[in-house]
Amino acid sequence: MTAQKRDVILDIKGLRKSYGDKIVLNGVDICVERGEAVVIIGPSGCGKTTLLRCVNGLETHQGGTITIDGREAGSKNFDWILVRQKVGMVFQSYDLFPHMTVLENILLGPLRAQKRTREEASGQAIRLLERVGLADRVNDFPRQLSGGQRQRIAIVRALCMNPDIMLFDEVTASLDPEMVREVLDVILGVARQGMTMMIVTHEMGFARVAADKVIFMEGGVIAEEGPAKEFFTLPKTERARRFLNTFYFE
Amino acid sequence: MNVGFIADAIPIYGRAIIVTLRIAVLGILFSLVIGVICGLVAYCKMKAVDKLTRGYIELSRNTPLVIQLFFLYYGLPKLGVMLSNEACAVIGLSFLGGSYMAESLRGGLEAVSKVQVELGLSIGLDTFQLIRFVVFPQAMAVAVPALGANCVFLIKETSVLSIIALRDLMSVTKELIGMYYNTTESLLLLVVCYLLILLPVSFGLTFLERRVRYAEFGV
Ligand SMILES: Nc1ncnc2c1ncn2[C@@H]1O[C@H](COP(=O)(O)OP(=O)(O)O)[C@@H](O)[C@H]1O
Ligand SMILES: [Mg+2]
Repeated sequence: MTAQKRDVILDIKGLRKSYGDKIVLNGVDICVERGEAVVIIGPSGCGKTTLLRCVNGLETHQGGTITIDGREAGSKNFDWILVRQKVGMVFQSYDLFPHMTVLENILLGPLRAQKRTREEASGQAIRLLERVGLADRVNDFPRQLSGGQRQRIAIVRALCMNPDIMLFDEVTASLDPEMVREVLDVILGVARQGMTMMIVTHEMGFARVAADKVIFMEGGVIAEEGPAKEFFTLPKTERARRFLNTFYFE
Repeated sequence: MNVGFIADAIPIYGRAIIVTLRIAVLGILFSLVIGVICGLVAYCKMKAVDKLTRGYIELSRNTPLVIQLFFLYYGLPKLGVMLSNEACAVIGLSFLGGSYMAESLRGGLEAVSKVQVELGLSIGLDTFQLIRFVVFPQAMAVAVPALGANCVFLIKETSVLSIIALRDLMSVTKELIGMYYNTTESLLLLVVCYLLILLPVSFGLTFLERRVRYAEFGV
């Protein structure tokens, strides 16, 4: 072990969240370092979406702390509006703003929230669109695009804010099967460029190659975590093993 | 049919149309302003103000325009507030229209999905930006047919303005009938005048609705 200071972007400690009497997150600890890709897996309803939504302030939590870039949520100089500009989120529903063209969709955050110049931001938007193979669709409206194309635009929209961390919540779960790959390839590309990410997914093949670290959740707690290679080849817990087995046919 | 009478009456109706139009346009504009404010208050659930705007909406929707006008024109002077009859007409029409516009707009605002709001939040927009760039444009697209119907309704309501001695279409008609007994011709001119105002408005709205529906994006 070196004494080198770890560059922690997101630090979640003892996170608790409940809806009424129903406890959804029951003490979750996650630490994400710069450049790391953390994949979160687990059965439906175990709290993965809720966890991500807490991290960008779409849900309030009842206990524990969320520290983003050294600032604790809820503390004095912590402002969700500013933090969200640095925390990109891509949702399961591949929604864009339907009344705006692709370019306007991407530029809304950079121009209005971040107050950047149109010239500079649209330059970056076009470069990102080229990277995901959609540069020719800048002036299209969302209704003219397929689900997979929309989701790729949604990723570009988040990337164009130059986030410190990206959150992906089952972004391929609502797509037609033939569109899943194009979206996963984009995410993989972003990961290879060193983006810090927290990815919730049911695509185990993708998780295996994209993840540095895997977190397996069940019933609102982390049941197992470890480096991706170890987790997928030799899960330590019986529950994780059983969960992984549901993805394979013998 | 007295063609000579009609020819003589046309300039009189022309002036009255302008009065009616002026009041309708101003009334509709102020109605929209009131509607946007009250609609947003309801949508944002601003607690204190919300009670106030709810009260206004109930009051406005549940009293006839005639009575609102009577109050403005004959009641207010007794309290020391003198308003010209045209001012009364515009205020009365806006007071009535504001609540209708507010309800239509609120319907549009509530039709904007929660997902859209969260998308806007997730890119770091503040409340004002969120409403201005994400929620409001989509709400308007939904609300346009209802807002248009309100405009037509308000224009028709101008026909009761004659009770506060305004030289609008209705009172000019009554006056001419009283003086010359050319009832048929006078009423015919009245109908034609209202059609002249309302038909273009209706066509315009149909066109606008089609435009909006086309822009209505859908998934
Ligand atoms: N707004 C809500 N109100 C009440 N319960 C909710 C709400 N959102 C999620 N839940 C519950 O919280 C639990 C975790 O949900 P979620 O985080 O979406 O799970 P996952 O994404 O892992 O499938 C589920 O049991 C779900 O029913
Ligand atoms: Mg989920």
